Amino acid sequence: MKVSEYIKAKDLNEAYELLREDRKNYIIAGGAWLKLSVKSANKLVSLDALGLDKIVVLGDSIEIGALCTLGQIETNELIKQLYDGILVQAVSSIMGVNIRNIATIGGCVMGKFSFSDIFPVLEVMDTTLVFHKQGEVSLMDFLNNPKFEKDILVKIKIKNNLGKGFFKKVAITALDFSVINIACSKTDGLFSLSVGSTPYIASPCYKAMDYINCLSDINLESIKECANKVVEEIKFSSNNRASKEYREELAKVYISRGIKQVSNYEN
Amino acid sequence: MKIKMTVNNQVKIFECEPSDYLLDTLRNNNYVSVRRGCDTTNCGVCTVLMDGKPVPSCSVLTVQAEGKQITTVEGIQEEAEKIGNYFGEEGADQCGYCNPSLALTVYAMKKELVNPTIKEVKKYLVGNLCRCTGYISQERAIMKYLGDKS
Ligand SMILES: Cc1cc2nc3c(=O)[nH]c(=O)nc-3n(C[C@H](O)[C@H](O)[C@H](O)COP(=O)(O)OP(=O)(O)OC[C@H]3O[C@@H](n4cnc5c(N)ncnc54)[C@H](O)[C@@H]3O)c2cc1C
Ligand code: FES
Ligand code: FES
Repeated sequence: MKVSEYIKAKDLNEAYELLREDRKNYIIAGGAWLKLSVKSANKLVSLDALGLDKIVVLGDSIEIGALCTLGQIETNELIKQLYDGILVQAVSSIMGVNIRNIATIGGCVMGKFSFSDIFPVLEVMDTTLVFHKQGEVSLMDFLNNPKFEKDILVKIKIKNNLGKGFFKKVAITALDFSVINIACSKTDGLFSLSVGSTPYIASPCYKAMDYINCLSDINLESIKECANKVVEEIKFSSNNRASKEYREELAKVYISRGIKQVSNYEN
Repeated sequence: MKIKMTVNNQVKIFECEPSDYLLDTLRNNNYVSVRRGCDTTNCGVCTVLMDGKPVPSCSVLTVQAEGKQITTVEGIQEEAEKIGNYFGEEGADQCGYCNPSLALTVYAMKKELVNPTIKEVKKYLVGNLCRCTGYISQERAIMKYLGDKS
């Protein structure tokens, strides 16, 4: 990556102005993805001096600063408790420790990666993104808006919930992108389901959730029906990692296991 | 631009460009134990410790390391020798290209994990690729080193 200038922003306003000033100015977090995706940058704007690397509990939420590294997240005791630690499971499945010591949660979110291992998990937790200019934006509004205005992600907020959680990543090797990833949660009696790396960006399974959340009781039949609904509603395709059909089968199996796990279902 | 950092406990000021990566800056300044492999954050052979934590120096801009404590394998000579001896005993030393980065990562792991299981060790080292050994001899050597309290 060719870089003309590296600037440590003094505050968020300065960083925001620099980001908006030129199409070839970028925020740099860990820089791991930038290196692979950007050939030349005019200004790289670092947020290192702005204290965005903290994980705190505020009110009923856990707030994770955009500059927190994946390594920081996977060793955080609060996050280990959240929804049975599914965010820790997802984060720690990404590459090796060395990259996780530089890659940040902000970079993961802003990259909008279709292979992301954390989006399914964030989608089944109550997650809000906090931007410098646009303030609080729901994760799904951000992901569904291809024209989202350039802004600086300051932190992400997750409801501090001890709900049940399930995460499964299937990959051909430990360092490869997922063939599929699945997350399920259950809070206050309601299931939340998401499938990612299909190979499209993770998406909540709204119809399957409507179905299962209307049932007074679940059984093997309804779990199977719910898994079928996931495959009907979510778009799966083939790529060089796996076929559409294989992904669909994996989704059915792991959605079923996820529902069973988060509802303590015993056959 | 001039970038100040500490390398192996010595304060250093490097003259560099904003595009320079730490890997190149270190190698150009004779820290040649730091090696280039994939250059895409996949293989781990460029690993150094930054403030005690393993990072891929091929993907850290030199400016990002300003004010940090960088450790290369030369900075942990005694421990590296110990690790190297276990590697030798177990036949885990072949071409040796991956050894400095692996030694640094194992050293950091020993400080971070308390009595790790083999599964935890494998998970920690998943980002350190070796083209020669097949990993089994390395695993044996690393488990022996972790058990060595001397
Ligand atoms: C080789 C490799 C393999 C990977 N494999 C996986 C994988 O299997 N699964 C997975 O989920 N992830 C994977 N990742 C992605 C990784 O987890 C990180 O998401 C990625 O490196 C980005 O984090 P970063 O901090 O390095 O961001 P950077 O590279 O610094 O930034 C990424 C993008 O986000 C923007 N940005 C960063 N922070 C902010 C902010 N606060 N506000 C606004 N914009 C911002 C940058 O301008 C840039 O466009 C992989 C990355 C690499 C390099
Ligand atoms: S050279 Fe840096 S990870 Fe391969
Ligand atoms: S010994 Fe040759 S790469 Fe590991």
